[in-house]
Amino acid sequence: MDSALLIHRLHFAFTATFHYLFPQLTMGLALLIVVLKTIALRRNDPVYHEAARFWGRIFGINFVLGVVTGIPMEFQFGTNWSVFSRFAGGVIGQTLAMEGMFAFFLESAFLGLFLYGEKRLSPKAHWLSAVAVFVGSWLSGYFIIATDAFMQHPVGYFTASDGSLQLASFWDFVLNPWAGWQYAHNMSGAAITGAFIMTSVGAFYLLSGKWTAHARIFIKAGVIAGCVFSVLQVFPTGDSQGKMVANLQPVTLAAMEGLFQGQPGAPLVIVGQPNERKGTIDNPIEVPKMLSMLTYKRWNANVRGLDAFPKQDWPGNIPLLYYSYHIMVGLGTFFVAVMAIAMLLLWRGRLFNARWMLWILMLSAPFPYIANTAGWMTAELGRQPWLVYGLMRTEDGYSRLVSAGNSMFTLLGFMGIYTVLGILGLFLIWREIEHGPVNESVSNLHPATEAR
Amino acid sequence: MASLWFWIVAVMIAAYVVLDGFDLGAGAIYLMAAKTNDERRRVLRAIGPVWDGNEVWLLAAGGTLYFAFPQLYASSFSGFYLPLTIVLWLLILRGIGIEFRAHIESQVWQDFFDVTFSVSSILLAVFFGAALGNVVRGVPLDATGYFFEPLWTNFKLGPHTGILDWYTVLTGVVALVTLTAHGSYYVALKTDEDLGRRARGFALLCWPVQFFLTFSTLVATYFIRPEIMANYEKHKIGLLVPIVVVASLAVMLWANPKGKEKLAFIASSLYITFMLVGAAFALYPVVLPARDHQYDLTIYNTAAGSHGLNVGFVWWVFSAVLVLAYFVFVYRMFRGKVQLGEGHY
Repeated sequence: MDSALLIHRLHFAFTATFHYLFPQLTMGLALLIVVLKTIALRRNDPVYHEAARFWGRIFGINFVLGVVTGIPMEFQFGTNWSVFSRFAGGVIGQTLAMEGMFAFFLESAFLGLFLYGEKRLSPKAHWLSAVAVFVGSWLSGYFIIATDAFMQHPVGYFTASDGSLQLASFWDFVLNPWAGWQYAHNMSGAAITGAFIMTSVGAFYLLSGKWTAHARIFIKAGVIAGCVFSVLQVFPTGDSQGKMVANLQPVTLAAMEGLFQGQPGAPLVIVGQPNERKGTIDNPIEVPKMLSMLTYKRWNANVRGLDAFPKQDWPGNIPLLYYSYHIMVGLGTFFVAVMAIAMLLLWRGRLFNARWMLWILMLSAPFPYIANTAGWMTAELGRQPWLVYGLMRTEDGYSRLVSAGNSMFTLLGFMGIYTVLGILGLFLIWREIEHGPVNESVSNLHPATEAR
Repeated sequence: MASLWFWIVAVMIAAYVVLDGFDLGAGAIYLMAAKTNDERRRVLRAIGPVWDGNEVWLLAAGGTLYFAFPQLYASSFSGFYLPLTIVLWLLILRGIGIEFRAHIESQVWQDFFDVTFSVSSILLAVFFGAALGNVVRGVPLDATGYFFEPLWTNFKLGPHTGILDWYTVLTGVVALVTLTAHGSYYVALKTDEDLGRRARGFALLCWPVQFFLTFSTLVATYFIRPEIMANYEKHKIGLLVPIVVVASLAVMLWANPKGKEKLAFIASSLYITFMLVGAAFALYPVVLPARDHQYDLTIYNTAAGSHGLNVGFVWWVFSAVLVLAYFVFVYRMFRGKVQLGEGHY
């Protein structure tokens, strides 16, 4: 592979992966904070108010990191992928511009009011500002997904005389069928992150015997949301997206599943290591005929394997794609199991005393991040070798005049800065958790200046 | 339609510079004008609820540029690869400087973020000015429609320019001085007592430098690109630009010592808007001049397809109305001099 191409790809992969650690929590928590605030307002319950404020503080730290790591994303299409931008900008420029105009302005205007304006606003207006932040963040998600959906499954375009893609139908493009399921699947994934983080902090407090009233609220809200969204994540969103991949990117499905040879009654590989040289799965544990059933609802349906496609159209990194997909699915199954048991215990009124379960819930916090990351890697590695599916190959899209040396310089710079950001974020969020939900934020106590 | 989008993008960029410009300028005088922790918190509180919204104008202008002129976006963003990436790093550092400072009550922690915030604000102002200088001066575009400029070569104008040469350094300094004055008027408007007085003092100091640099840059620009006068000779309405620029400089000089900070701030905003509009007016219909004029990027050879531009105009107008409403609302909510006591920062 061309060394500049590799570095441009790593550049985008690294900055996008790191960035998305923050928005998934932002979008998930935004929903849960609206729920907490709504209950607080209706019952006029101070504990719910404190719970909403506590998560608002963590949301604030996380949001800042999402904003500052998000700005580079908007620019990198042009800096590192200029040939692609020129090729597809006439179409995907629409959604990227709309994200700024409709979502970012809304979020940024109301975030300040939501975080720092509680005393200035009436309770209703403050609730509305929380809703506005939620709507802004979820809208932003849609515009990005619609952009990605065009790259996965281009629709609503025509090819102009200079070879570039131009918009033919706005609604076809914005309402891309690919975008619908991908959006549902992605947002449900974000809600799972929010729910697991909230539950985890609640479990930590209960296990430590601190802030137990708040902890119960966190766990209750987190487990109910976690249960609902873990199920939605598998069915219908995950299932439908899988079928979409099977129909529109069959070679991707074969690579994800590690199906080297097409066959009727194809098995579903649960564990095993793809061996590209031999074209087999080593040490396989399989469920016979299951892949045919899941994909086509018939036990003996023929599923096309990698052998049905020319090698130059195979996704470039089959092992990584295969593992990303299997990690995502494995963790998704784990989420359903954990949240179903937690829900059962909650319903029976035994969850708050079941220390073993609280331990599991507390320690599960990192897994949604891994699953969401693996899911995005599945989508983007699965799209390879295409940058715009069927229309432009990845190797043709990067900035020709930006050398490997310049690209590596900025990649290393981003790595350094993001390491610092990651440490700062963890440190500040940990301080808020340790400080607890009852008092004002640690940072708001300035007794020396308060008297002014 | 492409002409309309040219002016929409120009106005969005001007909105960005006017709005984020005052918080960048506040950052530039921050270390010197605000000496105590109390004063620094007041500066941060003056910009705290609005800086992020102001910065969205940059993103929205970038997104709109991408959508309306994909070819320009592709060429300029990859050609200005290094300075743009450095701008991104500075924006990251500045954002956390503003937002993370208040989290820990420690001298060391706060000093660190104070310096981060101020230094990144200063460098950003210089980079934005240099970027504009590059656009006016022209870049080494070739027949492919792409170019790549290193950060600097020998600081001379010539066929192998870098991002920084004497001219773009000059425009960078103009931007720094202009935004420092702009931020000083804003801080003077939003604060009182010693801090407000010091901010007024900074603005007063900036004025003669700004005045002198405005004219020397115009002269320098005329020598580098005499063709910038063509549009002004053709369309007499262009004369409005120098008139407003000179008038707003005069108003700044008059209003600031009299304590009319609001008037001075409005004049400074007009000055910035018309300097940028003047540059756009001179360039039109070129959007990125090449050193060799046959390769100029213009609105005609960079615009997206006409259907996309037409559809975009519908949603853009709708969203712009919403954006205006948010801004009016937020600035009204946080109007008046800042008080410490409630909230963050």
